[in-house]
Amino acid sequence: MNILKASNVEEVVSCLREQDYLANEGLATAIFLALRLKKPLLLEGEAGVGKTEVAKALSSSVNSEMIRLQCYEGIDASQAVYEWDYAKQLLHLRASEATGAASETDLVALEDEIYNERFLIRRPLMRALEKTGSPSVLLIDEVDRADDEFEAFLLEVLSDYSVTVPEIGTFKAENPPLVIITSNRTRDVHDALKRRCLYHWVEHPGIEQEVEILRIRAPHVSLSLARDVATVVSELRNMDLYKTPGVSETIDWVEALMTVGADEIEPEVFNSTLGALLKYREDQQRVRNRGFGDVLAAVRQG
Amino acid sequence: MSVFLERTIDRHFVEFVDALRKEGISVPLGATLEFGKALVEIGVDRREKVYWSGRATLAIQPEEIPIYDAVFNQHWYQGIPKLQEVPDLKPLTLLLDEPDEAPEDEEKTEQIAQDAINVRYSRTEVLVKKDFAECSDKELEELYEIMKHLRLHGKTKRSRRLQKARDGRYLDFRRTAKYALRLGGDPIQLFFRNPGERPRRLVLLLDVSGSMETYARSLIRFVHAAIAGRNQVEAFTLGTRLTRLTRELSNRDPDVALNRAAKTVPDWSGGTRLGEGLRLFNDEWGIRGMARGATVVILSDGWDRGETEILEEQMERLSRVSHQIVWVNPLKATPGYEPLAKGMSAALPYVDEFLDGHNLDSLQMLAKVVSE
Repeated sequence: MNILKASNVEEVVSCLREQDYLANEGLATAIFLALRLKKPLLLEGEAGVGKTEVAKALSSSVNSEMIRLQCYEGIDASQAVYEWDYAKQLLHLRASEATGAASETDLVALEDEIYNERFLIRRPLMRALEKTGSPSVLLIDEVDRADDEFEAFLLEVLSDYSVTVPEIGTFKAENPPLVIITSNRTRDVHDALKRRCLYHWVEHPGIEQEVEILRIRAPHVSLSLARDVATVVSELRNMDLYKTPGVSETIDWVEALMTVGADEIEPEVFNSTLGALLKYREDQQRVRNRGFGDVLAAVRQG
Repeated sequence: MSVFLERTIDRHFVEFVDALRKEGISVPLGATLEFGKALVEIGVDRREKVYWSGRATLAIQPEEIPIYDAVFNQHWYQGIPKLQEVPDLKPLTLLLDEPDEAPEDEEKTEQIAQDAINVRYSRTEVLVKKDFAECSDKELEELYEIMKHLRLHGKTKRSRRLQKARDGRYLDFRRTAKYALRLGGDPIQLFFRNPGERPRRLVLLLDVSGSMETYARSLIRFVHAAIAGRNQVEAFTLGTRLTRLTRELSNRDPDVALNRAAKTVPDWSGGTRLGEGLRLFNDEWGIRGMARGATVVILSDGWDRGETEILEEQMERLSRVSHQIVWVNPLKATPGYEPLAKGMSAALPYVDEFLDGHNLDSLQMLAKVVSE
């Protein structure tokens, strides 16, 4: 079912489920409201909890392209909205000069020719606004990496879903895109932006939910292995680690276990595949020091 | 009848939002209205619906979730208030200037004023060099007045954002093409863009444990001056726990800002677990990005009641991502001081600048070090 037709939160859950994404009630409520109130949804949470996946699932559910704008320090309108294709423009000038057209046409006409949509390079925001038919899903990823100036600019675009190209005019979205904004909270997103958005803090899934996620994302994994993996990971999340493993790491680990042909977690396999799960030397050391047996014992007991 | 009913329900929701604000949650303006709209869409037949609608529309931050839950329970379940216990706050008297003066203090300051004339120093100059711990309330008040004018500029780093430049590394196609058009298409005049400069982030970590009490009240004024003076500054207090103060201290009026800060920090003059606090900072904020490439200033006497290994490990982590670590220790100025405090000696190898911060003069020095 198309998620745009969902009439309540439960239907949002099942729509996302069809796209292999498991959402809890909180996230589904936020998504449902974003659709109904036509507001962007700001998702914050640890790296790897599946913020970006939300946008992917949404776009396949509305059966529309996902347009992604990855933010980085120094990003500005020319990379986010549009830019003129200057090389082409100059080439065009040269061509009209060569054919003698330039001397006859006056400069104003030539300028009109050059500032034509033909020479416009559309960047993600403009592509999202221009989309006709079913709305596109616009993912503005890691907005905390961009600077304040860009955030202010974004605010402007998101407030009336239009952008202005001085030489041509204003592009206004017929069908405003569904906007998902993610942030890893390396700095606070500006209050004004928050005010414009709905907000959800994405948490690590619980054991049962993670088992389900594993069953969906890695269908060839046996139930017992999925359960063991989810419990070990949840145990690791309780430990004091620099970087707690996210869902994507759990999936990686299961894949790794399958690849080495393990259908049960044995100490040796655990050691050799730990790199899929923990990416800090200190974290790996900490888990090894505690001893795998201990981790698993805690798991089996729990 | 139905109008009346709706009105009372509305009132309930508005009151709920008010209650959240009273507990210190910063609910965005206009969010109440969004909350109302959300409830119309979602319905109010189950408590979870109201709960999650609130979480989504009122922009509840992860740190605020326990408070939100407590207020929610109290408000909608009519149960026993489950608000987090708020520890006794003494900071109000600690931070605000006392208007009335004990007479003996006045004598003392007058004494100093006389001495000052003798050595031909202005009163301010004497004060500037006087240890915070030895200042009377009146003198502190004067110092704080001076500190209001203290401004930090901060180191700059190269920005990725390009700016117009006469000549430089990157061709500005937009302007070059525009100008070329005027000349009939020949790019005779080239325009350039160059990376600009932007302030390096400054992170201030203030130790507010008992041993720092006399200094913390003055140092927090410095922290406020830093935040009020420029952007890209973050402030935290370290005590038995870590508290972020950036928002509270960003009001330009020092009295308003310090008052807010006092209400937020639950562990003034408590114990110290420096290493633990630093670990929290690293985990929650620093390593994720806040400390990356930043100048980190730790204002602490280095007394740590926790395990020293933790402090050492965390200092190492911090030094790996930060641009520079400055440690300001008010005790350093004490004659014969050696960094023997266990925490201090563990931290020193990772410190780029080790400064004293016992008087205004030294804080001006700090402002200089941080700015250069």
